Amino acid sequence: MTLFVRMFLVSLAVPLLLAAATSSGAQAQSGPLRIEITEGVIEPLPFATPDFVADSAQAAQFGRDIARVIAANLTGTGLFREIAPSAFISQISDFSAPVQYADWKAINAQALITGGVSLQGGQLVVQFRLYDVFSNAELGSGLQFAGPPEGWRRMAHKVADAVYSRITGESGYFDSRVVFVSESGPKNDRRKRLAIMDYDGANVQYLTDASSIVLAPRFSPTGDRVLYTSYEGGAPRIYVLDVGSVQRRVLEQQDGAMSFAPRFGPDGTTVVYSLTQGGNTDIFKLDLANGQTQRLTSAPSIETAPSFSPDGSRIVFESDRSGTQQLYVMPANGGEAQRISFGQGRYGTPVWSPRGDLIAFTKQNRGRFHIGVMRTDGSEERLLTASFLDEGPTWAPNGRVIMFARETRGAQGSVSLYSVDITGRNLRPVPTPEGASDPAWSPLQN
Amino acid sequence: MTYLSKAAMLCAMLALGACSNALGQDDTNAVDLNGTGNFVAGSPGDPTSPAHFQQVVGDRVFFAVDQSTLSAEAQTILAAQATWLLTNSDFIATIEGHADEQGTREYNIALGARRATAVREFLVSRGIPGSRLSIISYGKERPVEICSDEACYAKNRRSVTVLASGLTG
Repeated sequence: MTLFVRMFLVSLAVPLLLAAATSSGAQAQSGPLRIEITEGVIEPLPFATPDFVADSAQAAQFGRDIARVIAANLTGTGLFREIAPSAFISQISDFSAPVQYADWKAINAQALITGGVSLQGGQLVVQFRLYDVFSNAELGSGLQFAGPPEGWRRMAHKVADAVYSRITGESGYFDSRVVFVSESGPKNDRRKRLAIMDYDGANVQYLTDASSIVLAPRFSPTGDRVLYTSYEGGAPRIYVLDVGSVQRRVLEQQDGAMSFAPRFGPDGTTVVYSLTQGGNTDIFKLDLANGQTQRLTSAPSIETAPSFSPDGSRIVFESDRSGTQQLYVMPANGGEAQRISFGQGRYGTPVWSPRGDLIAFTKQNRGRFHIGVMRTDGSEERLLTASFLDEGPTWAPNGRVIMFARETRGAQGSVSLYSVDITGRNLRPVPTPEGASDPAWSPLQN
Repeated sequence: MTYLSKAAMLCAMLALGACSNALGQDDTNAVDLNGTGNFVAGSPGDPTSPAHFQQVVGDRVFFAVDQSTLSAEAQTILAAQATWLLTNSDFIATIEGHADEQGTREYNIALGARRATAVREFLVSRGIPGSRLSIISYGKERPVEICSDEACYAKNRRSVTVLASGLTG
């Protein structure tokens, strides 16, 4: 799957855009402002985001910052291209005044985002409008958000989500967070602690100290809790941490056993995970309400990395029962598993897309690592990345973008986060204060 | 005396870089190395010493890529470990399983558990009571060598038998 834009062919860029569209099989046409995320190559859609108009000096900085975050969100998708404010012919000084479409057409701004900010009784109020410049019309109706001023970035993300959604027809993913393992120190003395941040790397907060190894955090379906694996009790065990209070408790504790690779079920009441007993690793399910566990696999091979389908009916996992790591799908209560990976190499860390249509995975083949996606029956495998060590995909809430960790070679090797869209385009680093691995993307926040 | 102070004692006694292994490599087990335990003199020349076990007998064995089978060389070392443990029955051991970085995190934890278990089963087969032998897997989290070449990977695909005093029960 790839991308194309249906554009208006009325600007100086027409010949170029037309060429791009036809070469990718897309059909250029006039019509509503729209990016169709399907096949082909994309020419990013040019947009303008003037500073949001402030009603006071105190609100002015918010007006500038919010416009910048919106622009960064949109350009970060690879689907949009920002027109520099220095190119603007008209300025937006009144949020309510009519837009001078000709001035925005002249600089080929196909989308125009205007907004107003005000401080009212300690609340920051943000309004915005989205214009389809070449249709001389507003796209959707204006929206207003209000909240504490310190939440201004979230309001910017919500505006950007609305813009993205109106233009692509897909839900957005900007008002979301990522929990990950923050890493420091050399490879043979790596310090790891859990951290959480906005999806774009802002507002980093640490959830554990570096006194124990912590691994692979996973959000609950509502984003309020995080499952992870920690060595704080000696052997690896599964913990659950409340994001708000940062309180944690051990979930699975059996003498002589190790538990790891936990993931919530889609309703947040069950957890699937791996348990190692007597050297053998199988998959179990824990009912959080009553603490009951249920064995889902029973084989002498390694079964790990389980992930539910979004409807809760099936679980994808990895197993080396065939001799090498491969992906399998089984019913959510266990039972016969179908192997779905048949390509060259080894497959691990499967994660079901929140849309239900794809499974992302890590693949190792001939000394290289890849992040890839395949349909849930294993067909249409597509590798999105290649490097010395790419690992651990996690899905954006809209199922269009994947984040993962990339580690570089050698004694000085470091690990950091990247995102890529499911067409394999728009690979870009995600900024973190120090090394970072094991990302997990939250659902959209409320 | 607590387990930790015993471990600290061993660690101080060994005065080796591998001390962190003796402490299970878990920082939550941080101990006061300046504690006031009665340190036992034990050098590699003392056949009853943990230093001897570590350096002369050999505390670790290595594995092929993605494997947990014990090579002939590994079996020789483990047979010597078993003999030592039978003689020095005051000691208990934690067998750590490790993997190299060429693998996914979860799988490597499971693989390390397999390796540690293979070692444990071998030692049990040589007469060491299972109650003296516990296992833990670190997957790829604790490499000893950090280059990204087979020379380093081969040393990281290992199982390490880490002694602790079992006297306190």
